[in-house]
Amino acid sequence: MLNIIWPAFIIISVLYAFIGGNIEEVSNGIFESSSSAVELTITFFGTICLWNGIMEIAKRTSLMDKITKLLRPLIHFLFPELKNNKQANEEISMNMVANLLGLGNAATPLGLKAMQTMQKENPKKDTLTNSMAMFIVLNTASLQLIPTNVIAIRSSLGSHSPSGIILQVWIATIVAAVVGITATKILMKRF
Amino acid sequence: MQIVHFLSATAIPMMIVIIIAYGIKEKQKVFDIFLEGAKEGLQIVIQLFPTLLGIFLAVGLLRSSGVLDFVIQLISPITNLLQIPSQILPLAMLRPISGSASMGVAVDIMQQYGVDSIIGSITSTIMGSTETTFYTIAIYTACVKIKKIRFVLAAALLADLAGMITSVIICQFLS
Repeated sequence: MLNIIWPAFIIISVLYAFIGGNIEEVSNGIFESSSSAVELTITFFGTICLWNGIMEIAKRTSLMDKITKLLRPLIHFLFPELKNNKQANEEISMNMVANLLGLGNAATPLGLKAMQTMQKENPKKDTLTNSMAMFIVLNTASLQLIPTNVIAIRSSLGSHSPSGIILQVWIATIVAAVVGITATKILMKRF
Repeated sequence: MQIVHFLSATAIPMMIVIIIAYGIKEKQKVFDIFLEGAKEGLQIVIQLFPTLLGIFLAVGLLRSSGVLDFVIQLISPITNLLQIPSQILPLAMLRPISGSASMGVAVDIMQQYGVDSIIGSITSTIMGSTETTFYTIAIYTACVKIKKIRFVLAAALLADLAGMITSVIICQFLS
């Protein structure tokens, strides 16, 4: 996708500037953009490495197991068909906890394992089951307690209150998740 | 509002303390583990850099050439009607397609309009509350060789749209 969008952006911009007569500004902009990418990356080294370090500690403690237990009723509601599949339940809840803690890198491998476990009981191997569909939609909804990446970017950019958007993110995420879950529950009966 | 501010400000330090306290209670070598995780973070940032560079180039060109202003002006009647700041539209369109590209665009918007402005808050909220939908669906189905994804794309994009609209409304409401 970006193999089409990226060159299109560049070619259109240069042509437009050529016709509009501000090609000089565009020329200066090219080098400015590369140095601002470097500047941002340098601040990312601090913020992103810091979070990754803290979250690595969380991953090694029993904190994950504790939250997993709290999620059990929710998982029963979302995945009624997996009532007797203990392994799938466990992997799904670990994926959800990793997502909640903002551990994207840990969440994906856990999620893929859950998909493989659910695939074992799938009668039609080339089609998603209801549970798999629900699981994917949940993963695209980005349920997060602490949006660590966004906070890291905001502090890199010199925000006065990098974490000041947490409440907004919670509300938006919950609305997105509820819409996704409802749509999935309705659509799975028809399609 | 003050409570919200207080909760936002305490959430992160509290979380760090709780995590470290748990690590100590369970007799983990917390500092060594921290170093390991931070080292992994280096890798993430290094991998992100080429994408950031490429996106900054393309978006920077769009902006300095005047194309972006032209497009924003073109669609502003629709966005005004829906009360959506048109400056966030490039983000809304890229968000489901590419994680690192949308991060580049988000940073560009926040630098341009101010990270603490309403547009900056909306941009942050969208980044925090949505995912790279296409990528997620692709890897989750590819790993089990599934071809028929039924309604999943529609449901996921609907959830993204709901998240984005909520971001716009809630940030304007809370500011």
